[in-house]
Amino acid sequence: MSGYLLRGVSLLGEAQVDVLIDGGIISEVSKKPLAPTGVHTIDCDGLVALPGLVDLHTHLREPGREDSETVESGSAAAALGGFVAVHAMANTNPVADTAGVVEQVYRLGREAGWCDVRPVGAVTVGLHGTQLAELAAMAHSAARVRIFSDDGKCVADPILMRRALEYVKAFDGVIAQHAQEPRLTEDAQMNEGFVSSQLGLRGWPAVAEESIISRDVLLAEHVGSRLHVCHLSTAGSVEIVRWAKSRGVMVTAEVTPHHLLLTDELARSYDPRYKVNPPLRRDEDVMALRQGLADGTIDAVATDHAPHPVEDKECEWSSAAFGMIGLQSALSVVQTAMIETGLMTWSEVSDRMSTRPARIGSLRDHGRPIAVGEPAHVVLLDPRGKSPFTLENNASLSTNSPFIGMELYGRVEATFLRGRATVLDGKLAG
Amino acid sequence: MKRHLLSASDLTLEDAVLILDTAEELAKLVDGPVKKLPTLRGRTVVNLFYEDSTRTRISFEAAAKRLSADVINFTAKGSSVSKGESLKDTALTLQAMGADAVIVRHSASGAAHQLAASGWIAGSVINAGDGTHEHPSQALLDAYTMRRHLRDGKGDLAGVRVTIVGDVLHSRVARSNVLLLATLGADVTLVAPPTLIPYGVEQWPCQISYDLDKVLPRTDALMMLRVQGERMNNAFFPSTREYSRGYGLDDKRVAALSSKAIVMHPGPMNRGLEISAGAADGLRSVIVEQVANGVSVRMAILYLLLGGASIEEVSS
Repeated sequence: MSGYLLRGVSLLGEAQVDVLIDGGIISEVSKKPLAPTGVHTIDCDGLVALPGLVDLHTHLREPGREDSETVESGSAAAALGGFVAVHAMANTNPVADTAGVVEQVYRLGREAGWCDVRPVGAVTVGLHGTQLAELAAMAHSAARVRIFSDDGKCVADPILMRRALEYVKAFDGVIAQHAQEPRLTEDAQMNEGFVSSQLGLRGWPAVAEESIISRDVLLAEHVGSRLHVCHLSTAGSVEIVRWAKSRGVMVTAEVTPHHLLLTDELARSYDPRYKVNPPLRRDEDVMALRQGLADGTIDAVATDHAPHPVEDKECEWSSAAFGMIGLQSALSVVQTAMIETGLMTWSEVSDRMSTRPARIGSLRDHGRPIAVGEPAHVVLLDPRGKSPFTLENNASLSTNSPFIGMELYGRVEATFLRGRATVLDGKLAG
Repeated sequence: MKRHLLSASDLTLEDAVLILDTAEELAKLVDGPVKKLPTLRGRTVVNLFYEDSTRTRISFEAAAKRLSADVINFTAKGSSVSKGESLKDTALTLQAMGADAVIVRHSASGAAHQLAASGWIAGSVINAGDGTHEHPSQALLDAYTMRRHLRDGKGDLAGVRVTIVGDVLHSRVARSNVLLLATLGADVTLVAPPTLIPYGVEQWPCQISYDLDKVLPRTDALMMLRVQGERMNNAFFPSTREYSRGYGLDDKRVAALSSKAIVMHPGPMNRGLEISAGAADGLRSVIVEQVANGVSVRMAILYLLLGGASIEEVSS
């Protein structure tokens, strides 16, 4: 038995259908009950089927920090979260700034087999922001890199950013910018606002993000290149991207699940689990980000899954590392922030978490509809009820989740990668 | 009252007045023939200082000793902290030694909160200054000093006009004072160049002014904050001279104060920068008295948090 019959599944949260997965593709979709033989039947009463999710922004930490995550553990966490493809950020050690490193990460992903691992290449050598990395070599390597980013650091030099934007046009690449003006954010610890003024923690002002995005959309317009903005976090950033899109600038943008749900008020605990870059912002920002995601100004939800070992979070706030894990909570957070609030439909969630991220990453095999003949990348989720988020089923090597104990809706039941179940009954299917 | 003293906002009006009243009583007792009270005998108080602060450490140490507590001083210099031991490991070590109270000074904002919330330490945590966050015992001794001079050492500070001048942005003293003084009913005005006022200050319970000379005549207590000359390197102000001209307390400005106004400074002072020698040593200055009051107020904090024998019992 190799195939799967998804019996009575709610396609994109709408009509109930039977879906037959066989030979790695969707072989039948029928409103009438199917009765194939020789396949596993999954009773999908109450379950929603979405195209397999694509993450544009994942830190897998290998090579270099295998104590916090490996390609194997991180991609397993991704599968449990409903992802069939993840983009592995370049800030590893050594940095993914050569064809050799991106091919290594790509190969490790294939060996693990939990999802497709697409390496992101560094824009500059060593993420130092001074010299372009060999972008074409990475693009033409076996890893076929299309997204380039110095994520964790901003490509702050305007001339270098301009050249990078221009250069990647030759192979339809895109520069994914971590928008953070470095001088405005020296030793910054949290969102600059009322809460930071009270807590005595150095502020990370919204303008440090918005000024870089403003510059970059103008640069992208000037040279006619594709720009992708990582983890938008402020209301002003949404406005700028909306304005740029209205002018026809080729800009796309992502938002993280945590910026859709959490605010800087959480920093009052001084618990470094809430320390992240860009920082958690105000309630007004959260609302603007949700609105921007709902109206399509923001193209994608991307996790910015950032594993850190316990000792890097169990310390003073100012000494703690930035970042949160998020692959296994992403879909539940999006359901809680966007579906349960009535802001988005499952069809729109599928657009922002599968279709558009696949397009931004130039993944032709992903982000396809659940339709006959398409590759069988499917996630099954049970949207019913909410429960406190736990790390019971955590496949990541790290535990720095800000959602532990929070009431979240929904859970991932199964994930299919090219027709093969990577997750069944909410557990890894080896 | 809460088990820990982490922020001035932990204190209700009743708590704050109780601490000030208790400090008055303790001050009377130790001014008498009995210099030392047996109330915390057998208790262990740890001074955990990750940052140099001779005056605060000595003040807490004197307070604890006058209450007969055993005092352990743990300073970062020459200890395992400088070898990279984590806050957690140090805390667990102190816990193993059986500390009833840990007085912590740390350069990281929130360090005292983390110690209190972590479960690493069973005793009370007293914040003796954390980064640029808070310094609640300083605010209490400042309030105690104001109350003695302006309200006969009784009740709250309703209607007292307090002006705090200087580097509010980096000042834990200012943060704790604004919160505590609001609780006690005082009217607080912060005065500084706009670069040294925190972004987000609009929601603080106080007024803001950029003009010291305008505020001086309407001031009952004038608190000058320490300003580090190095701040000019980050463009917070163009030069120390320009800062002094605009925001320093010189003899002329002292003369503009009302006849009953007091001049305060949490120390250490930069004479000639934020305060002139004449102002620091003049008749209005209560700066030396603040130091003495610090011991009484810290005795009251330790006494109330550790729940020692009652004052009546002790004095009889």
